[in-house]
Amino acid sequence: MTGAIARRPNAAPVYLDNHATTPCDPRVVEAMLPWFSEKFGNPHSLTHAYGREAEQAVEQARAQLADLIGADPRELVFTSGATEANNMAVKGAARFHRQFGKDGVVTLATEHKCVLESAKALERDGFRVAVLPVGRDGLLDLDVLARAIDDKTAIVSVMAAHNEIGVIQPIKEIAALAHAKGALFHSDAAQAVGKIALDVGDLGVDLMSISGHKFYGPKGIGALYLRRRPRARIEPLFDGGGQERGMRSGTLPVPLIVGLGQAAALAKAEMVGEAQRLLALRARFLAGLRAKVSDVVLNGHAERRLPGNLNLSFPGLKAIDLMAACPGLALSTGSACTAAEVEPSYVLRVLGVGDELAAGSLRIGLGRFTTATEVDFAVDTLAAAVLRLRAGGMTSEAAGIT
Amino acid sequence: MLQASVVADRLSYLDWNATAPVRPEAAAAVAHALTIAGNASSIHRAGRAARHLLEGARACVASLVGARPDEVVFTAGGTEANALALRAFSDRRILASAIEHDSVLANAPGAVRVPVTRDGLVDLSALEQLLAADNRPAMVSLMFANNETGAIQPIAEAAQIAHRHGALIHCDGVQGAGRQPLDMRRLGCTLMTLSAHKLGGPTGVGALVVAGGWDIVPLIRGGGQERGRRAGTENVPGIAGFGAAASAATADAATWATVGMLRVQAEDRLAAIAPDAVIYAAAAPRLPNTICISMPGVPAATQVMALDLAGVMVSAGAACSSGKVRRSHVLDAMGVPEREAECAIRISLGWSTTAAEIDHLVDAWGALYARTRVSAA
Repeated sequence: MTGAIARRPNAAPVYLDNHATTPCDPRVVEAMLPWFSEKFGNPHSLTHAYGREAEQAVEQARAQLADLIGADPRELVFTSGATEANNMAVKGAARFHRQFGKDGVVTLATEHKCVLESAKALERDGFRVAVLPVGRDGLLDLDVLARAIDDKTAIVSVMAAHNEIGVIQPIKEIAALAHAKGALFHSDAAQAVGKIALDVGDLGVDLMSISGHKFYGPKGIGALYLRRRPRARIEPLFDGGGQERGMRSGTLPVPLIVGLGQAAALAKAEMVGEAQRLLALRARFLAGLRAKVSDVVLNGHAERRLPGNLNLSFPGLKAIDLMAACPGLALSTGSACTAAEVEPSYVLRVLGVGDELAAGSLRIGLGRFTTATEVDFAVDTLAAAVLRLRAGGMTSEAAGIT
Repeated sequence: MLQASVVADRLSYLDWNATAPVRPEAAAAVAHALTIAGNASSIHRAGRAARHLLEGARACVASLVGARPDEVVFTAGGTEANALALRAFSDRRILASAIEHDSVLANAPGAVRVPVTRDGLVDLSALEQLLAADNRPAMVSLMFANNETGAIQPIAEAAQIAHRHGALIHCDGVQGAGRQPLDMRRLGCTLMTLSAHKLGGPTGVGALVVAGGWDIVPLIRGGGQERGRRAGTENVPGIAGFGAAASAATADAATWATVGMLRVQAEDRLAAIAPDAVIYAAAAPRLPNTICISMPGVPAATQVMALDLAGVMVSAGAACSSGKVRRSHVLDAMGVPEREAECAIRISLGWSTTAAEIDHLVDAWGALYARTRVSAA
């Protein structure tokens, strides 16, 4: 066990937090760098060559991203990320449709904080907000959803693939239920885009949020897919110069958009093979760990989940102690947005995982740059830590970590 | 490949108020930060490395405007920062000068418009009267320098007036920051908007600086980043570039005197070529880099295209939205007749602008002037 750790004495920790963020792919960085320096034009300055060159790059990236999700490029609005896109979709759709007497918002208790906080803000403004539970496996019961939607529901928002437990919701069926009652359907697909096949036409989503840095693109950029036919109409989050067809004002960040486009092109080309590779690595991880350690609980549906995701509970242990005992691994307990709080994930509570078990849960995100060697090292390190802690070894208090 | 290179043998970029080339220091900081994988909110080592860059940059940006680091709220750019400022205080009576950027005016549609003088400066006596006429709590939004004319507004004086009436000042400092000393406490501003790409940082980053502990209602909610004032995973590479650009700009103050000399030389030469040309806000204190000039009888679009063919890049006003050339609300507010305003272009310089680029501009603009005078004769 010490041997395993000694193999990488000064190396960077093995990165197993690919749901929090992914490394920017070197091919993406390469595509972006010229746009940070010599190609600096403002894409709205169409009166000169620097501006036109930038505008062309933006439109090429828009087409690349559209191609990844089966959209028309004109259906994509660039934002600063998925948080902004989710705020824009949920608040924007609800506020726009209020004029037609619609005042309902339906979402899940396991959604990302930015959707839940947007819904809370709407509730304070007088909207009816239904926050639905999910099953023990993390999946939404479609009957529960059907009962929650009425003809005054403006928008239903359900995450495509979960950021903590990786479960993939039945998006197509959810969209159909929303449409049957005349509601718009939004999906936060920040974790799903580029990882699993998503076709907006097939799924029937009206709005879909995309994040660059969750699939090896840059931070600070994302997009909102906004259906044209039939048109998903929303109110913009803020106004200004009227860029992005008036939906999102502000000078477009060309380098970031070029990076997002490149990330989309790479994901499109490599997704199928990469998903298989990750599935094999994940199976290796889980089987390897279970061969060394008993009583490892997998949270969330075992098959209907992202290829790179594991969410594991270790009964009797605390995640903070486990992470402290594995300095060679970059792990998390859940959403990075709230990671600093180091308290049990609200998502696991919704699943009905008890507080004690939830406190002993780790999120493991394998990604494009995770190797089999790293997986083996991680399994050895984690298993050794679990065994040591279970044998009454070092705890967070004893290690002086508070 | 730049398209214009097929027709012009050299290129002169004189549209710095639309966007500035990224400073080498900023490009290096971005490239370095792109190699760090972590999410700045993650508690592991990779996350802490990202957080370290983020907080270092926050200190650099804060010092650019004399603020404390915790007063800086990073946003996706100047537009979002303006929107955040105006919407956070939308329960107040908002007064905005008539020459504010669209991102101010569009986010405060009910704002009282404060007129400006013929020189393009906010009319302080009108501001005083408008504030005195209504005793509800107010906020005055006034830009540091106008993006089209470069006229530097009397912020400190406006702030004194505002404070006498219990009003706050929001200052859109996008065109001033990194070009002029800009100490928000000395100026008396509670809120200041900044944009990275106007001062040599990357696009997609800006900040709203909130002094004095004021709570602001977030526009974007979620994971609680930026102390709950702006949610979303921080754009660490962009923010690192912003910080590096802010530091470089602070260290580079002397360069702006040179830029100012180039601007004055350019104006003198253009005026000598065309005695009927008008330079706007000429009597006002102006940014050292901005010229707004009309060539009577020649529409701005014609001038911009002719200059572009010659390899000189300028604009017909703000670069926002459609790229269409439309009437300037700024010149309109200054009382410039419509026919004259339609013939105004904006020429904006930067820290790396050379005398040769000014020669290029003067030659191209002079050649066009000569052609149009011959055809008019």
